[in-house]
Amino acid sequence: MNRIELTRISFIKNALKSRYPQLAVFIVVLAGYIFAILAGLVGSPVGSHNFSIVFVWIAWWAVLILVAVPFFGRGWCAVCPIPLPGEWLQRGGVLSPPHKKPNWLNLRWPKFLRNIWLQNISFLLLALFSSVLLTTPNITGIVLAAMLFAAIGLSTVFERRAFCRYLCPVGGFIGLYSQTAPIELRIKDKQVCVTCDGKPCYNGSQAGYGCPWDVFPGGLTKNTYCGLCMECIRTCPHDNIAINLRPFSTDLAKPSTRMDEAFKAFIMLGSAMIYAGVLLGPWGAFKDAAYNVGTSAWFIYAVIFLAIIFVILPGLFALGILKSKNTLPLKQRFASLATALIPLGLMFWVAFSLSFVLTNASYIIAALSDPLGIGWNLFGTANAIWQPMLTTILAPAQTLSLVGGLIWSARTAQKAANETRTSSISVIAFSFILTLVMLWLLL
Amino acid sequence: MKRSELISRILITATIVGAVGAPLYFWSRTPLIHAHIAEDGGWSPDVIKANVNEPLNLKLTSDDVVHGFAVGQMDMQSVDVLPGKVTDITLTFDKPGIYTFFCTRWCGLNHWRMRGTIEVSGSPSDPEPALSEVERFPLYVTLDLDIDAPHNVPVIPSSQPSAISGEELATNLPIDQSTDYYRSHSPYQVFDELSRTSLTEIQRWDVVASIWKSNMIPESLANGGQLYAQNCAACHGENGAGDGVFADDLAASGEASMQTMTGTDNMMMQTPVDFNDPTRMLGASPALLQGKILRGGMGTGMPMWGSIFTEEQIWDLIAFLYSFQFEYHN
Repeated sequence: MNRIELTRISFIKNALKSRYPQLAVFIVVLAGYIFAILAGLVGSPVGSHNFSIVFVWIAWWAVLILVAVPFFGRGWCAVCPIPLPGEWLQRGGVLSPPHKKPNWLNLRWPKFLRNIWLQNISFLLLALFSSVLLTTPNITGIVLAAMLFAAIGLSTVFERRAFCRYLCPVGGFIGLYSQTAPIELRIKDKQVCVTCDGKPCYNGSQAGYGCPWDVFPGGLTKNTYCGLCMECIRTCPHDNIAINLRPFSTDLAKPSTRMDEAFKAFIMLGSAMIYAGVLLGPWGAFKDAAYNVGTSAWFIYAVIFLAIIFVILPGLFALGILKSKNTLPLKQRFASLATALIPLGLMFWVAFSLSFVLTNASYIIAALSDPLGIGWNLFGTANAIWQPMLTTILAPAQTLSLVGGLIWSARTAQKAANETRTSSISVIAFSFILTLVMLWLLL
Repeated sequence: MKRSELISRILITATIVGAVGAPLYFWSRTPLIHAHIAEDGGWSPDVIKANVNEPLNLKLTSDDVVHGFAVGQMDMQSVDVLPGKVTDITLTFDKPGIYTFFCTRWCGLNHWRMRGTIEVSGSPSDPEPALSEVERFPLYVTLDLDIDAPHNVPVIPSSQPSAISGEELATNLPIDQSTDYYRSHSPYQVFDELSRTSLTEIQRWDVVASIWKSNMIPESLANGGQLYAQNCAACHGENGAGDGVFADDLAASGEASMQTMTGTDNMMMQTPVDFNDPTRMLGASPALLQGKILRGGMGTGMPMWGSIFTEEQIWDLIAFLYSFQFEYHN
């Protein structure tokens, strides 16, 4: 397959090898993150005039789902500030070489939790409360702070970035969708790794830390669990790590067989559809149920939400692939064919996000000047009027995303079907029906 | 420790401290008056201090729905207080005293509870002459009226009394049409006094209507109508029928929306008065209505307006209230 090694360009390589550019970005983003917590806690309770809502759920989300994930995979994880304070504590320093003796408990992550089920749960927990979370600065502030403290706490108990790898509600789907991205971190020559002494990329050396994501770069075949932290570029004594530009969705050619990842695909697909219906649809009763957390209407909403994700969608999908001459067990066929839902889900999220991001992007201009919503006017733009942007291209762009997603998913389904020697027809039909539903919900 | 490590640590620490400290510092120096619906606490703060003749700059914001802001007994336009937006307003007081500021938008069931005070201290710029005993107290106090006593009338007109028809009849009658007489008598009292004359019942009611009309000028009726629409219609209804947008909610909420009272004071919430009901209205003198508006209905949802309306505004409002009973024009 055609790949272009970006790390051949010495400027890029040096910028990644050095710790300072990344540290500089970390510090800026950390300042923004902490400011978002603070704004959420003390600023205006009106979400559309509070930095925490406007910059996290509109600006950051737009950048994440429309740019970072589709084009850079785990690019956000490379600059996310959440692990920074915890790692300082864990490592006993920001830049200094690792200690011989590890600080704190440094436990291994329990074996039965070495999957993304916890991330599936943490995402769903936020998803069920999302109507409130996405509009209430206080709650957003608390959740952001909780994630930061959870990461710090886990750093002192477990080794490496346990929070990022196993708990972060965002990291789960970024990992899943990063398989489609045209960028990857891989080794150049397998033989070099086989004969490499001490495997400093995993175990750490004076040059840097062992993989914070608990991954051995030599075995990387997909992007899912590589956080692009660039530590292995710094530690590899043989200059055997490369950042490559590659065709989109390369990793999907080798379908996953893991149930946690398969269900992640269903969770993301289902929640994009439910959000499109609840947040953008014309049904007031659904919206009320989603907002009134704790009421019986909300419990019904939660049950329907979970039923769609865990029963209805996977059930229909499984029914479609039930009859098959194939000898592979259903579970395995299910997991590998669900790979086709990864591009579909990503494009569902792109289409859904386009509508609320373009509608609300103008809040960013006002919030820049008055981030706490208390009458400041730092850059003279505090009174910018709310105005939906690019309204004429919204519907065509959404249609294009959804149809593009369907074609992309159909091609992925064919590849996965070849791999497992089954038919892709039912998977393509499933994707087709869901795309129609999504088109109806959004347009 | 290497220098680069030290600098990095200092930078990160400074970032964390700065990202928390700087906005907190500037936030604490931006005093804001927050408006919430009364159920969530109303105005915060709800007591503001000011000095006579010193401009008082207020920054107002709403944390939930659209509210309004105005200061009672002051000649000012009310301003809207919008969620997430900051409204600036500068007030100057030329007399010391305790002023009431209040919400002017029907923001919720307990909208009228959204009040606060501005305590203005200092000496007045131009001292006013001392008021006489009569001027100092409202009329209902001078007349020693029991404004909570029932005042239903035994007889009501068979059709709506017409001031136009009554005007001609009144010219030949030896009755007092002065403001003092009008304010201190209920329509029924005047009707009753007119029984000495040879007029029919309907004619007597028409005369009463004409006396009421002669005691107000069209401007005050219009002004009263405006005050009514802004402040009273939410509960009493646009057409005075006691069926305003909050009326049903008030009845439904009952005791729940009332201040805590115990024992015999624990009264049930009453529904807003229907000004179209002649039995009640024709038995109330302007002075009695003045008392009810000034003081409010104790134990009911009716707020006290004495700290908000000027005396003139209250008389205007009363003139308007009788228009639900009397036909002033053809």
